[in-house]
Amino acid sequence: MKTLEELAQIRERMKDKVNLREGQNGIRIVVGMATCGIAAGARPVLNTLVEEVAKQGLSDKATVTQTGCIGICQYEPVVEVFEGSKEKVTYVKVTPDMAKRIVTEHIRDGKPVAEYTIGNYKI
Amino acid sequence: MKELSLNILDIAQNSFAVGAPNTSVVLDETDDTLRITVSDDGCGMSPETLKKVSDPFFTTRTTRKVGLGIPLFRLAAEQTGGYVNIKSSQSGKDRGTVTEGLFYKKHIDFTPLGDIVSTVCSMMQGCGENNLLFVHRINGKEVRLDSRELRSVLGDIPLSVPEVQQWIRGYLEQQYDEIKNNNI
Repeated sequence: MKTLEELAQIRERMKDKVNLREGQNGIRIVVGMATCGIAAGARPVLNTLVEEVAKQGLSDKATVTQTGCIGICQYEPVVEVFEGSKEKVTYVKVTPDMAKRIVTEHIRDGKPVAEYTIGNYKI
Repeated sequence: MKELSLNILDIAQNSFAVGAPNTSVVLDETDDTLRITVSDDGCGMSPETLKKVSDPFFTTRTTRKVGLGIPLFRLAAEQTGGYVNIKSSQSGKDRGTVTEGLFYKKHIDFTPLGDIVSTVCSMMQGCGENNLLFVHRINGKEVRLDSRELRSVLGDIPLSVPEVQQWIRGYLEQQYDEIKNNNI
């Protein structure tokens, strides 16, 4: 049974974590959610990223946010990962299964999944 | 779009993108019809823009020259014998935009609503600091989620936090289960 009381408990657990907001130190995972992204399957990708970050206890390390059209509609769903001064990593044609691997290998272990990046995409 | 819930997400994104302080998504469902209304109190559109939003070769974005959001929503409604009606005002007490679609559910070309819970989670994830009210009335029963109520409990913890998102999903699924069980 989900109650507002349970939500209050989540608040208690989360209030001391510092990186809950976009733009603070941690990693930013950004999903393209314009018409092109949504039509190509961005919603389940977004939902999977959020779920995996929660499951793997990474929410004080990374935030998941949405953005509009990035301009490469043919590669949607597109997921971009920003981390400090490092070069941005762009993942293309992302599926929920790929999203799981991105969270585990890139966000948790710090190793970008090279084969999913735009540079390695083969038409 | 394979699900109407994807169209709903797409249209609500426009309200979030302009930073509308309050957005509401209301679904009214009977055995025969589904009425989807997305309202916001954002900046509204000029009469000239309003005339063009159903034109697929019009868009406000600069990255591409096509805009398919409203045309796809209109197509989905009209192919069931329904319609889409958009009202918009840039000033006064009606400032904002109301997009309303009527769908006939028994028509062979009716697109299923699909995974509405995932759409509401995504909207709550993406509405930023602004308010979002979701109401789904099904034959007199109601599923409801108000971001203001959640924020009154959460304080300054954002709705986008993954643990909060999981709670929102569970809370919605529970409400839909209750409606389903009552109907059996």
